[in-house]
Amino acid sequence: MGIIKTSKLVFEYIRRDEEGNVEGITRAVDEVDIDVKQGDFVAILGHNGSGKSTLAKHINAILYPTEGTVWVDGMDTTDEKRLWDIRQNAGMVFQNPDNQIIGQVVEEDVGFGPENMGVPTAEIWERVEESLKAVGMYEFRKHSPNKLSGGQKQRVSIAGVIAMHPKCIILDEPTAMLDPNGRKEVIRAVRALNAAEGITVVLITHYMEEIIHADKVFVMDKGKVAMEGTPREIFSQVEHLKELRLDVPQVTLLAHELKKSGVKLPDGILSKEELIEALIKR
Amino acid sequence: MSLILDHVNYVYGGDTELAVRALKDINLVIPDGQFIGLIGHTGSGKSTLVQHLNGLMKPTSGSIFFNGEDVHDEDYDKKKLRSKVGLVFQYPEHQLFEIDVFSDVCYGPKNLGLEQKEVELRAYAALKQVGLEDEFFYQSPFDLSGGQKRRVAIAGVLAMKPDILILDEPTAGLDPKGRDEILDQIAKLHKETGITVILVSHSMEDVAKYVERIIVMNKGAVLYDDVPKEVFKHYKELEQVGLAAPQVTYIMQALKEKGLPVNTEVTTIPEAKDEILRVLLS
Repeated sequence: MGIIKTSKLVFEYIRRDEEGNVEGITRAVDEVDIDVKQGDFVAILGHNGSGKSTLAKHINAILYPTEGTVWVDGMDTTDEKRLWDIRQNAGMVFQNPDNQIIGQVVEEDVGFGPENMGVPTAEIWERVEESLKAVGMYEFRKHSPNKLSGGQKQRVSIAGVIAMHPKCIILDEPTAMLDPNGRKEVIRAVRALNAAEGITVVLITHYMEEIIHADKVFVMDKGKVAMEGTPREIFSQVEHLKELRLDVPQVTLLAHELKKSGVKLPDGILSKEELIEALIKR
Repeated sequence: MSLILDHVNYVYGGDTELAVRALKDINLVIPDGQFIGLIGHTGSGKSTLVQHLNGLMKPTSGSIFFNGEDVHDEDYDKKKLRSKVGLVFQYPEHQLFEIDVFSDVCYGPKNLGLEQKEVELRAYAALKQVGLEDEFFYQSPFDLSGGQKRRVAIAGVLAMKPDILILDEPTAGLDPKGRDEILDQIAKLHKETGITVILVSHSMEDVAKYVERIIVMNKGAVLYDDVPKEVFKHYKELEQVGLAAPQVTYIMQALKEKGLPVNTEVTTIPEAKDEILRVLLS
């Protein structure tokens, strides 16, 4: 079993009208089986309403399965006694940086998590330092979070999560509100955490370029896993992705268009370098 | 019909030590019917600028003229200005509140004091302009998908019949198809009605694909104001201010460095495809 595993996970919610009468039941997650290996960088794609955020919220026990089971590091998420262990092991970062920063000073904000876990003060400071260094925000430790850019705020949020020493970190569209530089900073920080610290990463995003280095990609549609594979396998299927309201990286799309016009190129080109090499070699 | 900014300055926290010059000597002419992209990193002054365009903020010094009249003259009708310069904020769906979609779109024109019949005609036309089907008109706006909600919010502004439509990151958080749908709809609206559109965006690819003029903001000042091709020639300078060129521009740069004699002024995928094909076949 991997660090995150779901078995026939179903989540349903009941829709009610204004009087509170039941209007119907929506199945947001429908029999999902995923297994994420410790240390992997996993991406979840899917259009708005495909169930990816609902799935993510099961991983740190914000939501509980209607049917099926979710295990985090071997712990069943419905086991109330392990709730804090689960949340500490699977940290979550959300879309809007302004909604998840509470401290007046960057280092206080990062220390909030470990402080709540009852970590001794001296160790809290050690953790704050190493977490801020890991996301490249150490020099801002005495700043007010209000004065930071969006990308910097998101990196502080990520530091706040890793200060709790989680085994995995789940990021739900962490770059949706950022400018190009902010997006780059956040993705660079997340990749470094994965590579250097071995933290398992689950990244939900609408930006296809951000996940070309992922170990594995899951594509959600109507609550189910519609596609599963490496980025190269997934992005080779340009037309199928478009049917699922998704896209491919710009480079991949350009290669796809060139192929359609008769240029001989390999499938699933993911980076600028690959495309250039293939074009020069011809 | 045009909007002119003449030496506009804006200072936050005027007489205190914390004074920040958010806008520095902005001179812009926004003629009728242009499709303009406004780009800049977080904190570059884009939002401050757009809030000046419809009179929500008043310049510390300098003037703004709409159709030849100074909008900050004492007897100038601000209400008229706000109906003529429509501003769609980020995440506009958070401002939906009515019991059904149609009533929500009626709210703006109703407050202009129009007759009920005219209000409804405008609401209907606006919902058609954003491509929302009749079947959704009497649903609660909260039951719609993210992309649909956003269109309802845009329709609410269009129902005021503005001459200028300003959209602050209208695609943030939407899936790739949703992004394309909204922007295609706006491009169609621009083409059919001749409305002036100002698109604030963090996506260089979107800006390159849709707009005819780009205004680049940096540190409260206008850094560049030109057609996309000219602006993106300065990709190195753009990177220094937290922005970038569209990804295909980088591909073309790299191809040229590797000895393929392509034109590097390309900013969109169809152009890149044609250019690469031209060179390969020649």
